[in-house]
This record gives sequence, C-alpha cells and structure tokens, in this order.
Amino acid sequence: MYAFNYHRPASLADAAKLLGGASDGKFIAGGQTLLPTLKNRLASPSDLVDLTGIAELGGISASGGAVSIGAITKHAAVATSADVKKAIPALAKLAGGIGDPQVRNMGTCGGSVANNDPAADYPAAVVGLNATVHTNKRKIAADAFFTGLFETALEEGEIITKIEFPQPKRAGYEKFRNPASRYAMVGVFVAETANGIRVAVTGAGPCVFRHTEMEAALGKSFSPDALKGIKTDPAKMNSDIHGSGEYRAHLVGVVAKRAVQNALG
Amino acid sequence: MANQGIGQAVRRKEDFRFITGQGHYTDDINRPGQLYAVFLRSPHAFAKIRSINTDAARKMPGVVAVYTGKDVAADKVGGLICGWTVKDKQGNPHKAPRHDIIAIDHVRHVGDQVAVVIARSTSEARDACEAIEVDYDVLAPVTDVRSALKPGAPQVHADAPGNLCYDWEFGDKASTDQAFAKAAHVTKIELVNNRLSPNPMEPRSAIGEYDSGTDSTTVYTTSQNPHVIRLILCAFVLGLPEHKVRVIAPDVGGGFGSKIFNYAEETVCVWAARKLKKPVKWTSDRTEAFLTDAHGRDHVTHAELALDKDGKFLGLRVATMANMGAYLSTFASAVPTYLYALLLAGQYTTPAIYAEVKAVFTNTTPVDAYRGAGRPEATYVVERIVEAAARELKMDPAEIRRRNFVPVDAFPYQTPVACVYDSGQYAKALDEAMKMADYANFAKRKAESARKGNLRGIGICAYIEACGIAPSAVVGSLGAGVGLWESAQIRFNATGSVFVYTGSHSHGQGHETTFAQIVSDKLGVPMENIEVVHGDTALVPMGMGTYGSRSLAVGGSAIIRATEKIIDKGKKIAAHLMEASVDDVAYDKGIFSVKGTDKQVPMAQIAFTAYVPHNYPADLEPGLEASAFYDPANFTFPAGVHIAEVEIDSATGVTTIANWVAVDDFGNVINPMIVEGQVHGGIAQGIGQAMLEGVVYDPKSGQLLTASFNDYCMPRADDLPSYKVGMIETPCPHNPLGVKGCGEAGAIAAPAALMNAITDALGTEDINMPATPQNVWRVIQRQNLAAAAE
Ligand SMILES: Cc1cc2nc3c(=O)[nH]c(=O)nc-3n(C[C@H](O)[C@H](O)[C@H](O)COP(=O)(O)OP(=O)(O)OC[C@H]3O[C@@H](n4cnc5c(N)ncnc54)[C@H](O)[C@@H]3O)c2cc1C
Repeated sequence: MYAFNYHRPASLADAAKLLGGASDGKFIAGGQTLLPTLKNRLASPSDLVDLTGIAELGGISASGGAVSIGAITKHAAVATSADVKKAIPALAKLAGGIGDPQVRNMGTCGGSVANNDPAADYPAAVVGLNATVHTNKRKIAADAFFTGLFETALEEGEIITKIEFPQPKRAGYEKFRNPASRYAMVGVFVAETANGIRVAVTGAGPCVFRHTEMEAALGKSFSPDALKGIKTDPAKMNSDIHGSGEYRAHLVGVVAKRAVQNALG
Repeated sequence: MANQGIGQAVRRKEDFRFITGQGHYTDDINRPGQLYAVFLRSPHAFAKIRSINTDAARKMPGVVAVYTGKDVAADKVGGLICGWTVKDKQGNPHKAPRHDIIAIDHVRHVGDQVAVVIARSTSEARDACEAIEVDYDVLAPVTDVRSALKPGAPQVHADAPGNLCYDWEFGDKASTDQAFAKAAHVTKIELVNNRLSPNPMEPRSAIGEYDSGTDSTTVYTTSQNPHVIRLILCAFVLGLPEHKVRVIAPDVGGGFGSKIFNYAEETVCVWAARKLKKPVKWTSDRTEAFLTDAHGRDHVTHAELALDKDGKFLGLRVATMANMGAYLSTFASAVPTYLYALLLAGQYTTPAIYAEVKAVFTNTTPVDAYRGAGRPEATYVVERIVEAAARELKMDPAEIRRRNFVPVDAFPYQTPVACVYDSGQYAKALDEAMKMADYANFAKRKAESARKGNLRGIGICAYIEACGIAPSAVVGSLGAGVGLWESAQIRFNATGSVFVYTGSHSHGQGHETTFAQIVSDKLGVPMENIEVVHGDTALVPMGMGTYGSRSLAVGGSAIIRATEKIIDKGKKIAAHLMEASVDDVAYDKGIFSVKGTDKQVPMAQIAFTAYVPHNYPADLEPGLEASAFYDPANFTFPAGVHIAEVEIDSATGVTTIANWVAVDDFGNVINPMIVEGQVHGGIAQGIGQAMLEGVVYDPKSGQLLTASFNDYCMPRADDLPSYKVGMIETPCPHNPLGVKGCGEAGAIAAPAALMNAITDALGTEDINMPATPQNVWRVIQRQNLAAAAE
C-alpha cells in the first residue's frame, strides 16, 4: 500500500468537495474491492474519501411497490432485512450469497454496483429488476448504467446514494460459483415485472447483459421448459482457466432454468 | 491419570494458546533494531539479466542496503543445496545446477530473487524495490515436462543438457518384460499428477540476528526441522561454525512439507544480518508464497499392468516424467525416485516391477516434498491402473484387489521394489470399508441418482505408504546426505515434573500432547507436569525434524528409549531406598516396588532423591535425565482402504461427494482424536488435489496464473463430506510403540479413491485432476451423458 490522505465526511456535499479537491481521489465504502487493490500496490490514490460516515447513504426502506437500499448498506443487512425478504426474496438471497460472512459484513451495495465487476452478483439484480440508480446528481436507469467491463455511467466524482428496486411479481436468482473465488461464474436473475419479463446474466460475459431471447420465451410461458433449446453465443462469453466460453454459454442455459424454477418457488 | 495415557483421546495441550491467539509465530517475534528485507522478484519466467541499477533505490528513505547476486557472490556464499544425490541409469550423479540465493545472470522462474532491499520498514523497502532498474533479455520459457524434454526446447540450465536432471530406473526390467510377454491382458493408463501449491496458513518468515560480541548467529525461521536448517546453513551455504548458530522454529502454522527446505530468503536474512550487524526480518506475503514455496507433485506418467486371465497381477511398468521446477530444492531428487518407485507394489503381490523416472528442469517454481511426497503419486498410479484393469476385465474392483493382496501370513514380505513390508491386514481393511460404505447396495443408489438425472460412481483406493524412512545406513547408500534417526531427552526436575526434548517438530500435529501421553504412560507423571520442548537447537540436543510421518515412529521411539533409561536408573535409586537388590525391583506405571513385598516408592520420590541425594547409592551419579537416539530398523508401512462415492450433476458437471469411508491401519494409536484429525486433514488435501487445486502456468509466458486464492481453489468446509473413519490396529513389529504414522495417509489415499469414483460415474478413465466442474462437464459432453431432462 502507498500512503494516502484519509477523509471521513459526514455529508454528501462534503464528500463531493473533498474528492473534487484531491489530485487523485477515490471514494471508499466497504473497501472489499479497493483495499486489496491498494494492498497489492495496483492503485495509488492521493486521497480516500470514506462514504460510510454519511448517514443519508444508509438504510433500507420499502414503500410504494419498491425497495430502496442505501449505497452504504452492507450485504449482510440486505440478506437479513425483513422488508427485502418480504418484497423481493430473490434479492435477499443474492446478497446472502456474496462472498463470505466477513465480506458480507463490510462490502456495500453501492460499492458493488459502482465497481461493476463482471462476476459480481448485484448487477444482475439491478438489471433484472429494472432498478434505478440514484446518485448525488441524477437518476440512472439500470439498462443505461452498466456500460462495460468495470465501466459504469458514473461520472468522475459522482456518488451512488441509493438503489431503488421495483417489486416484481416474482423473481429468482441462481448463481453458479467460480469454485475458487466463489464470485459468479454465471449468475442469472429472472423477474416478472410490471413491464414484462427480464433476464439478466452476470459473470458470463464482460458485463452484465439481458438475455432477450430468454425474455421473449419466458414471456410466452414462464417455465424452465420454455428455455429449452435457447443457445447463448460462446464467443461473447468470458473465458478463463475456470470456464471456457463454451462452458459458460452452456451454464447460462442451465442456470437460467434453475432461476426460473426458483422464481416459481 | 487413567484417561491420559496411550490410547486416550486427550485434548490437545497446545490448542489453548492457538485458539486464544497466543501462539508465538516467527512473524510475532521482533528483535531490537530489526530491519526488514523485501525481495525484488523476476516478473519473467526466463531471462538473462543484462544489468541491474540500484543507485536510485539506495538513496530512498529508510534504505539501509540493497544487494544483488553479485554482492552475495563476492562474499563467497554457496548456493542452496540438494541433500539427496540420485544416480542415473549409468550411475552418474544427478545434475544439480547452481542455485544462487540471489540470481546472478539468469532468472529462471517468475518470482526468482533478483535483489533484496533492507530498510527500516517493509513499506520503505518496497518503495525502494520499485526504484531498482533491471534490464532483462527475456527468453522463451518452458513450463511442462513434455515440452522441456523435446529437442530444441529452451534450456533452463546450460549444465543440464536437454533439461534432464536425471534419467533413473528401478526394479528388474528383464523379469518385468517377461511378465508382460506371458500376460493374458495388459491395461495401460496415462496419468497426470497435478502440481499443487502447499499454502500453509502461516506464510514463511525468517529473522537473522548476529551478536558480534560472541560471534554468534540466531535464526528464527518457519521450519519443520531446525537442526537440519542449521546443518545446511553452516556446513554448505554460509560456512559458519555449527556451535555458533542457533536456529529457532517457534510455533509454525502448517508446513505440509514446504517448510522442510532451506530457502533463499532465510539464508539472505542470515547473511545480511551478519553483514549489517542488525537483525533482518522477512515475511512472505501470499503472492510470494504462491511464487516461491516449493510446489508438490507434477508428474506425467504412462503405466502398464500385466495380468493373467484370472486378474492376478504379473508385472507393472511405469514411466514417469517429474517436474523439478527451475532448481533442485532440498530433497527434490528423492521424491519421484526413492519415495515413489519403492511404493509401486502397493498392497499387492505383483512379482515384477520396473520404473523409469526422468526428472526435468522447467521455468517454474521448484517442486519438492508435499504431504505424502512420492507416495501419493505412486498410490495414484497403482490404484488408478488396478481399478482400470478391473473395469476392462469386468471384475469387481474389490475382488481384483482381494485376489492380489499380500496375505496376512506372508509378512515380512519382500516386494520386488526393495521394501520389506512388516505387517498388515489388507483384506480386513477392505471388508470393513465395504461394510461401512454399504458397497453392496451401491447399484440401488446409482439407480436413484439416475432417476434424478444424475450420475453416480464409487471408487476404492487400497493404499500403502512408507513412513519414518530409515535406517540411516540404507538411506545413505541410496544417496541421502543425512541420517534419519531421531533424538530425545527426558529431564526430571526435583519436584517430579518433566521436560521432554524432542528433535521432532510440531507444526499442527499435536506432539506436545501425544509425546506427553507417552511419557505420562511410561513414567507415571501426570500430563500437566510434562513439558514437551521442540524447535530450538539451543534447547534440543539434536534432531532431524518432522516430515514423512516420522515423528511418532522415530521421535516417539527415541522418547521410549529415554524412558527406559530413566526407569533403569530409577530402579537403582529405588533399590537403595528400599534396601533391596536392583534385580528385585519391579517397575509399573510410575511405581517402583520390591517383588513379593508391599514396599514401594513412586517416581516423584525417585526424582527428588536424585536431586537431593542425601540417602543415595554411593556409586551412582545424581540427577535424573536420559538422552536417547533411535535409528529404526525399517520403514513403517501404514495401509488402508478409502472408498469414495460421488454424485455428479450431469447438467453442470458439479461433483458432490456423497460418502467417504476411510479404514486405516496405523498400528497402535496413541491419541485417536489426533489421529482422526490427521486423517480428516489429509483427506481434505487429497480431495483438494483431485477436485479443486492445481497450479497453472501460462505455457507461452510462463506466468503463474494461479497466484492467488481467487484462482487457486483451496478446499472449503462445504466442499467436503463428513468422513466415516475406521481403524485397524496391526502393531508395527519393529519399533517399541508398535506405531506406523498417520500424517499423510489421507492425502495419499484420497485422490485415487475420488478419481476412481468420478471415472466410474463417467465411464471413462480419460479425465485429469483436478476434476473441476468444467473438466467433468467436458467429459459428459464427450460421452454424451447429459440427462435428457436438461
Ligand atoms: C473474498 C471476497 C469475496 C467476494 N465475493 C463476492 C461475490 O461472491 N459476489 C460479489 O458480487 N462480490 C464479491 N466480493 C466483492 C464485494 O461484494 C465488495 O463488497 C464489492 O465488490 C465492493 O463493495 P465495497 O463496499 O467493498 O466497495 P469498495 O471496495 O470500498 O469500493 C469499490 C469501488 O466502488 C467505488 N464506490 C464505492 N461506493 C461508492 C458509491 N456509493 N458511489 C460511487 N462509487 C463508489 C469506490 O470508489 C471503488 O472504486 C467479494 C470480495 C471479497 C474480498
């Protein structure tokens, strides 16, 4: 780790100001991604602006057919929230399947979404549920938020404040873990929403994506069988020592069926 | 005290300090004025070093010194040694190219040491490392044995042509060829024994400290064998007088073999500490551990088994290529030879065996002993090919084994590969394991799995291994540079409590408990009055350390010999106190008595009398202590049967272990709880090898692709089943405790059992370890096994 200045502001405005004033500042939330990067000397920010002291970024609320999760809410809090479990059980299950207890008690929803790791779980829920990402500047629709490998629509200095997940009619999440890292090698979030079926796939490709062919098929019949025969292009998948493009493409089909089964209960 | 002696599941004495965070590991030790070493490591697998510029680094804040290989060479420091010289087919010694503690002109694997910075803090040392400029001429590397042996392959060392360390043979080629000539059936198999990273929980660490007033050096290091490290450092590498060097291996958090060896980093710490007259400390980070802790296994093998028409084994032929990595590590040469080929008879009466082993240099981390060291590789060959033969002959895999077992009345049994098996009950272990595994009803369970669209398989491994390798004269004749005895010293205090000094080293095995149980049992001293001392050359007179499951069979036997000497002396004191002749004194569990009378004195009184000798035999020395060395007459041969049962999700290739049975014969058991724990840990490591773990190098760049736990898959609790563990106790006939050794058995047995189960489920032998979901799925695709449902 290289030396840096550490700040822990209490308000959003101060956080934005501190970052703006730093020569090469970075926000830190749970630190579960950023700290290992720093420890391995792969990044050398001049300043770290800790968001976890900003009260307005915390908390979970359920109202008006949506669940809002504050950016600094820990994965463990989402996994165990009675509100989340009641409104969107698939989301609670997703959060409860992230990493291990230590990671779940440090890592945050906003940090995960802002980081957009191709193997992260949250992006599947954000896209699958057509959530809205609220920032200190604007609201960003799920489909416009995740723009590529570790890339998002966030601008320099923009802070995620909360994520608003509309309550679906039913939803299911299934994750096929990378055996070593336990991140998603393939994760599929399936939801029947007010505006139709959404199928979001994480882990498999360079960025979370919607599987439109599956959405169409499930629109006709919401059942695992409806997905029979639907292929995913291996060339568009990630490939590494744990899973080739072919294997991931195959898993997308299997995992999607299991996600639908989960949604059916 | 009745529940403290031999055979009792006594709770581990050492666990209190470990569980409460009070263990004292090398990195917990800090010496006054201590400096910190950080190594600059090669980013390339193979390169010529054109030049190194350390000018900027030397001027960085906190930097005390920057050294390169040239500085080390200027001090005439020797290279790291290989302590076992293997002779090739022509009788020539193996190639042991120079292994400098800091590279001089070439780097030969990613992570090779290029320079060391010594600074007032680790972070300052790291900063300075980044300021060192190295001009490399990058060369094409070679990482696997097959490529390395091809003509035209990159040459890792100029003085090892063709990358060959040795081409070695063992066994009788002519009689083996004859056996194949008359065979009714020949089974052939190609096997890869995957390379593993040891990953002990505690990374390596060392402190070198020099006292110029007494010209003495202290080394704190994460070692399984501090006396051996002292010997190597003094006699071979640094040329120091042995009596001026003290090596301390305090609490050590796991080794699995990787902490047997003498490494460059600890050597540099000692050399630099003497140069700077300041303590120098280095602690590995996890990435360095992946890059530099000696790896294990990495064999490619072709094997053939000749059988008669009834499934009797006639002959076994084995050709293995063993990856040594970039340099020969401390005992690397012995692992794929004497620790491997000598075990190729397995539990069977195979009359003719011939093995050839080519050891090969590559641009990878050195490979050396790792839990089991050679015996897991041998067991994997024997038990995979035996299972394959049974399948080809449509015989029950249990039955083919039974037909070939060395029978109980055949011991001592001379194998065609030098071992004399001393004792065993192989069929009994198999029967017991089959009962525990409900082997008879496997077909029902398989049908049930099939109904769910899943595949199911069952696999047996009947392993044998050799522990406590010895006697010294024999291993010496095979090329070992050391003796393989062990020492013990027992010292009573006047108040009756006892120190037990052992040359064995405990780094997870629980010696402080097991050894105390032995002494408690033999000398009648309560456990809480016994302190087992190990891991410090200034306290323990001598020792060879802990590896190869030798501690109890060799170190425990030395302790027994010392207790016998204590009892002998005690009898003389007791005779005097009871006014009897020594010949009339009997001894049992801490009580000396006069035969045929009710006169008796307890051990505590003997100890007191020995140190307060007011009423004492005139011709006897005061004091009650005894030293003993034990050099075994033979190896011990633990054996057993493991049965694994798996269920495979045919849609994803995910394998779930449905059942695991282990029936082991470790001879007499001192502490069944500790033994069971060792079995559990060993199986976990074996399952890791078979299903999860595997070191992967990029063949083009030679980069280590599995350099973190994100990519190197360690077993987690939920990867593992609940084991059913059974024991058979056939005492070892040639050591005083009748014990055999249990530390490696699980890791030896598990891979073959699990792969036999997986290959049974898949209906093909053609899958390599680790059988990850992807690898299993590929076979499912190839074999068209996917359930129609998915
Ligand atoms: C061992 C381990 C296992 C893991 N397993 C999984 C897993 O299975 N699935 C999974 O999805 N994840 C996994 N993770 C990642 C974990 O979920 C992290 O918590 C998450 O990726 C980042 O969240 P964080 O709060 O720790 O963010 P940090 O590490 O603090 O920050 C990450 C990035 O996000 C930015 N950031 C943080 N908060 C905000 C904000 N509010 N607005 C704008 N930018 C912000 C930071 O500047 C930084 O660039 C694992 C992590 C570890 C260490």
